[in-house]
Amino acid sequence: MTEKIILAGFGGQGMMLLGKLLAQAAMADGKYVTYFPSYGTEVRGGTAVYYLIISNEEIFSPLIEEADTLIVMNQPSYQKYKDMLKPDGLLVLNSSMIKLNNLPDVKTYKIPATEIASKLGNVLVSNVVMLGAFLAIKKLFAAHLILDQLQAMLKGKKGNLFSLNKQALESGMQVIKNV
Amino acid sequence: MKQLLTGNEAAAEAAIQAGCRYYYGYPITPQNELINYMSIRMPEVGGAFIQAESEIAAISMVHGSAAAGGRAMTSSSSPGISLKQEGISYLAGSELPCVMVNIQRGGPGLGDISASQADYFQAVKGGGHGDYHTVVLAPSSTQEMADLVYDAFDLADKYRNPVMILGDAQIGQLMEPVEFHKKPKKNLPAKSWALTGAEGRKKNVVKSFYPVKGQLEEFNAHLQKKYRTIEEHEVRYEAINTHKADVILVAYGTSARICKEVVKKSQQYKFRVGMVRPVTLWPFPKEIIRKVSERVECILTVEMSAGQMVEDVKLAVEGRCPVHFYGRTGGGVPTSLEIIKKIVEIVPDNRAANTLLQLAEVK
Amino acid sequence: MHAIYEKPQTFIDKATHFCPGCGHGIVLRLIAEILDAWGIRGKTIGLAPVGCAVLAYNYLDIDMCEAAHGRPPAVATGIKRVHPDHVVFAYQGDGDLAAIGTAEIIHAANRGENITFIFVNNAVYGMTSGQMAPTTLLRQKTVTTPSGRDPINSGHPIRVCELLAVLDGSSYLERVSLSSPENIRKTKKAIEKGFKTQMEKKGFSLIEILSPCPIYWRMDANEAMRYIDEEMTRTFPLGVVKDWEQKN
Repeated sequence: MTEKIILAGFGGQGMMLLGKLLAQAAMADGKYVTYFPSYGTEVRGGTAVYYLIISNEEIFSPLIEEADTLIVMNQPSYQKYKDMLKPDGLLVLNSSMIKLNNLPDVKTYKIPATEIASKLGNVLVSNVVMLGAFLAIKKLFAAHLILDQLQAMLKGKKGNLFSLNKQALESGMQVIKNV
Repeated sequence: MKQLLTGNEAAAEAAIQAGCRYYYGYPITPQNELINYMSIRMPEVGGAFIQAESEIAAISMVHGSAAAGGRAMTSSSSPGISLKQEGISYLAGSELPCVMVNIQRGGPGLGDISASQADYFQAVKGGGHGDYHTVVLAPSSTQEMADLVYDAFDLADKYRNPVMILGDAQIGQLMEPVEFHKKPKKNLPAKSWALTGAEGRKKNVVKSFYPVKGQLEEFNAHLQKKYRTIEEHEVRYEAINTHKADVILVAYGTSARICKEVVKKSQQYKFRVGMVRPVTLWPFPKEIIRKVSERVECILTVEMSAGQMVEDVKLAVEGRCPVHFYGRTGGGVPTSLEIIKKIVEIVPDNRAANTLLQLAEVK
Repeated sequence: MHAIYEKPQTFIDKATHFCPGCGHGIVLRLIAEILDAWGIRGKTIGLAPVGCAVLAYNYLDIDMCEAAHGRPPAVATGIKRVHPDHVVFAYQGDGDLAAIGTAEIIHAANRGENITFIFVNNAVYGMTSGQMAPTTLLRQKTVTTPSGRDPINSGHPIRVCELLAVLDGSSYLERVSLSSPENIRKTKKAIEKGFKTQMEKKGFSLIEILSPCPIYWRMDANEAMRYIDEEMTRTFPLGVVKDWEQKN
């Protein structure tokens, strides 16, 4: 098993965290992982793209020439990276922010992530909604591995951020179950 | 326990664990994770951290702490390493141990902030003024970054010489699981030359100035002798399929990761690709490259530069087989497909070429 | 028999390379006298500059380090971080400290480095054959200002003590001269105060010493001393510029 994932969105949409949660959960699951950010000179607002590879074997090149999965949060990111998806690849898009007239000829899941996150009370967890959806589609590993990472990451933080993120993850998974 | 860290963070943590207690740096992308990490960790272990006023000041602070007997380190990226060359020459001339990390970015000038290997000449040929060498170690993964930083401090102390870790934006920012398990070597020479105050002993002077005629030549002879010893004992490389290969790839760091991918892909075909990955860029693994050049069709050097290490490969091969080059510059990273196409272009055997082309098409 | 004048133990018994009438030998001797008197030879580390005093380590019998031109403040910072309880001083000339090493001295002062700087200002580059220094006086002739220093092309003499005084990190700044036995005694007191500042961990101290260079001033030793008193002190007034023991 080797899964090559490109994550893209605009800076501030939490793609870095999304990828890091996946990477750390994969590491905890005993997999090989490489996770590489590529950013422009903008600190906020520009397109941020992350290359994540999860595999049962040693990973040589951390670069992705063709992705198995593309997870995109906004329209410019979709336009910029759609051609890097392999022909039978998986596209998971944030349908709250990406409107397509013609659906591409790949397996596509439209997740209204921003909308769901807003309903949960915090638009910032839209990335975790996407993560939940991706987990439910690919089932790379059990959801509790992600929850463990979230718990460790949010320990000591104010408010009940963990339960908010847990809800976001579950909502994303639910979207797929309902498909 | 494994941690998911960037290469920059792994370098910083390994330095701390190797006993480095003096870090001086100046922010520059793409090595910021290193200086940021140090600003948190150094105070925790009772060490010194200074965000210096310049790269020149940072390397000069390293000069001071190294002269005083401490394990000291600085880090930067290409433009900042250019600024440090003055200090590096003085450190080499004063025979002071220290570790410097260069997370290379595109150049010349301000260039860009993406991965590059265009500082090879600067790193391995000296870089500053005078006849000197720094030991240059080239990690190709986050784990190897940690391991080589440990070794860098030991090598620096063993030979009283500056050691450079030559990474690139990808090695520095790539997150991979890493474990810290090595301890510094025990039997290193005592630093009897260090400046500790001359209480009850003759004074120590740390200097590189030899104004009396003949003294400097004598000192240079001593340096060269030391460099020959390092060349004899410290060469490191990784060799893959070199005994059964028709073409050998030579690459280090990020380029080597991609070349390994090419070697892996080519295994299912009849045409055989092997590789040599120098881990020490200076001393350069001449001997293994000379050996393989006697039995392969040709060698292909792959770099993220316009062709720098390829000159050292040619010097090692001495015309025994053709040496080709494929490179990307200005932040470009070669893809495995590009490398395969280049192999197809250079191999004399058509059948082999066909297999590889087929491989490329499958991809 | 009672000795009234002796060579300090810390001052190595050999002829210096300094030119006749040069002030460097006097300053180095003063440092040696203080280290002897205070018994701190074994816990003192010095920095030699690039310039006329580059061979200072040949004359002082203490641990010493070389630094690249202008970098003694940074190298001294690195040493002091390893040995915070030692006395660390940097000996610098005007080119080293006020031209090529301006950034390093300003930031060492700004960090309040607990180090003592002995700044020898002779208004000229001696070692490289008499070119303009950042402290060369207006209209002063040097090899590279043959018609005299013209501020339009070459700027103005830099007053280092005043420049550093505005930084919150500096603690003790004083300008002294070597123009007479009385001034030399004051210079010794100022260096003592600098070391005291450091030993009591009061922070950054710098003593600027107006020092003669008869060779490149093209005058004899007596004229050089007069030149300090009558010309140099008009641009570089003597006295305490900042003192942590006084409320400024």
